[in-house]
Amino acid sequence: MNVAEEALLWLNDPLTWTRQGGIIDLGIEHLVMTAVAVALAAAFAIPLGAWLGHTGRGAGAMVAVGNATRAMPTLGIILLLAAGGLFGNTATVLAAAVFAVPVLLTNSYEGVRGADPAARDAGRGMGMSGTRVLLHVELPLATGLIAAGLRTTIVQVVATIPLAALAGGGGLGQIIAFGMGTQRYGQVLAGGVVVALLALVLDGLLAVAQRLVTPAPLRVTTSRRRGARAAS
Amino acid sequence: MPAGRDSVLAMAANPWFSWTYVVQNADTLWEHTVQHAAITVQSVAIAAAIAVPLGILVSRVRWLSGIVIGTAAVLYTVPSLALFAILAPLLGIGRTPVLIGLVIYALLVILRNTVAGLDGVDPAVLDAARGLGYGPVRVLARVALPNALPSVVAGLRLATVSTVALVTVGVVVGYGGLGQLMFQGFRNNFYRAEIMTATLACVLLALALDLTLWAGGRALTPWRGKGHA
Repeated sequence: MNVAEEALLWLNDPLTWTRQGGIIDLGIEHLVMTAVAVALAAAFAIPLGAWLGHTGRGAGAMVAVGNATRAMPTLGIILLLAAGGLFGNTATVLAAAVFAVPVLLTNSYEGVRGADPAARDAGRGMGMSGTRVLLHVELPLATGLIAAGLRTTIVQVVATIPLAALAGGGGLGQIIAFGMGTQRYGQVLAGGVVVALLALVLDGLLAVAQRLVTPAPLRVTTSRRRGARAAS
Repeated sequence: MPAGRDSVLAMAANPWFSWTYVVQNADTLWEHTVQHAAITVQSVAIAAAIAVPLGILVSRVRWLSGIVIGTAAVLYTVPSLALFAILAPLLGIGRTPVLIGLVIYALLVILRNTVAGLDGVDPAVLDAARGLGYGPVRVLARVALPNALPSVVAGLRLATVSTVALVTVGVVVGYGGLGQLMFQGFRNNFYRAEIMTATLACVLLALALDLTLWAGGRALTPWRGKGHA
């Protein structure tokens, strides 16, 4: 029996999905971990990015942070946090949240910063305070970019959470790590396919959601802005 | 209570960083760093050899760009652990699945930057070259590509830095370069110095390769003034 057949056979067994610690249980755990990490990152990065964008400060520091995190190996950070006394799941959620911050920070900064100056002026002219301009003018105009940032972040975090399995944690990565440990390569393949499908399906769903939450007039602006960036 | 005393001693003897560890394990560290660097350079080189010609093709044949970049983007979305897990049972455990996985991830970044670079070349410059009697091949080789080079180099740097971090995930199929040491330290009773040293080495390797590419890019584009990093 070859590996692909083994994987199919394993995936075809209802118990694989429904038993305790099966794919459904691990999948729920995976999504909960993702939600916590994204929520942590968003609660920190969106307000900070919006405020920095409003005041126009910190652009250089943000680029530096983004570049620095790219060079850091996620696995190393997770294992360090785990060795520091946090359990596998906590360590992974924290690390995933940290790595999710730069994208959200940049996108909320750019979104607020890129709000039409005429709209900002109109708000001021109507007697709005700085905070009200941010909340009622700049942030609504930034919806498109912030939604795009959230989508990227969620997909990235879903892809990071499987690493928890290497640090003794749960989530769908466990199927892969367990299959490797017991040399059941059919399960490894099946686990890989399940994790890959989760990421791809989620990305597709989020693409639809992103379109829905972005007001129609902003969609045009976003694509125009992207075109301008590619040309420069 | 000997057990209690032992665990206290173990905790006391588990510093975050230790020169003794570095000195005593210099050989192992070096070996894994070289392995890590080799697979990074090889996978980025293979990815570039595929992505740059593909980028040139895509920037000419517009209808292909959606399909090619879309496919690369879908492959890029697949989580690294999952990709290695899918490739390993089919290609065997070890270096091959990691190498192919890394090539797949580097592809999209280099491809995107090549296309953006070629699209960004000033049409007036291309026109001037044509006016001087350059044929399409010469326009591409002598004008378009040199002008797109900074963008291509930026893509190579981005791909290299991300690849260095990604290699560590290769642990899952037994070939993770410095990740191998991180994982070994973790399993070896949370040996912090080993995990920390391997993580730092990983960051330093990324910086060193990034700097090399930056310097290489500068050397290849001497006409660009100072201040263009």
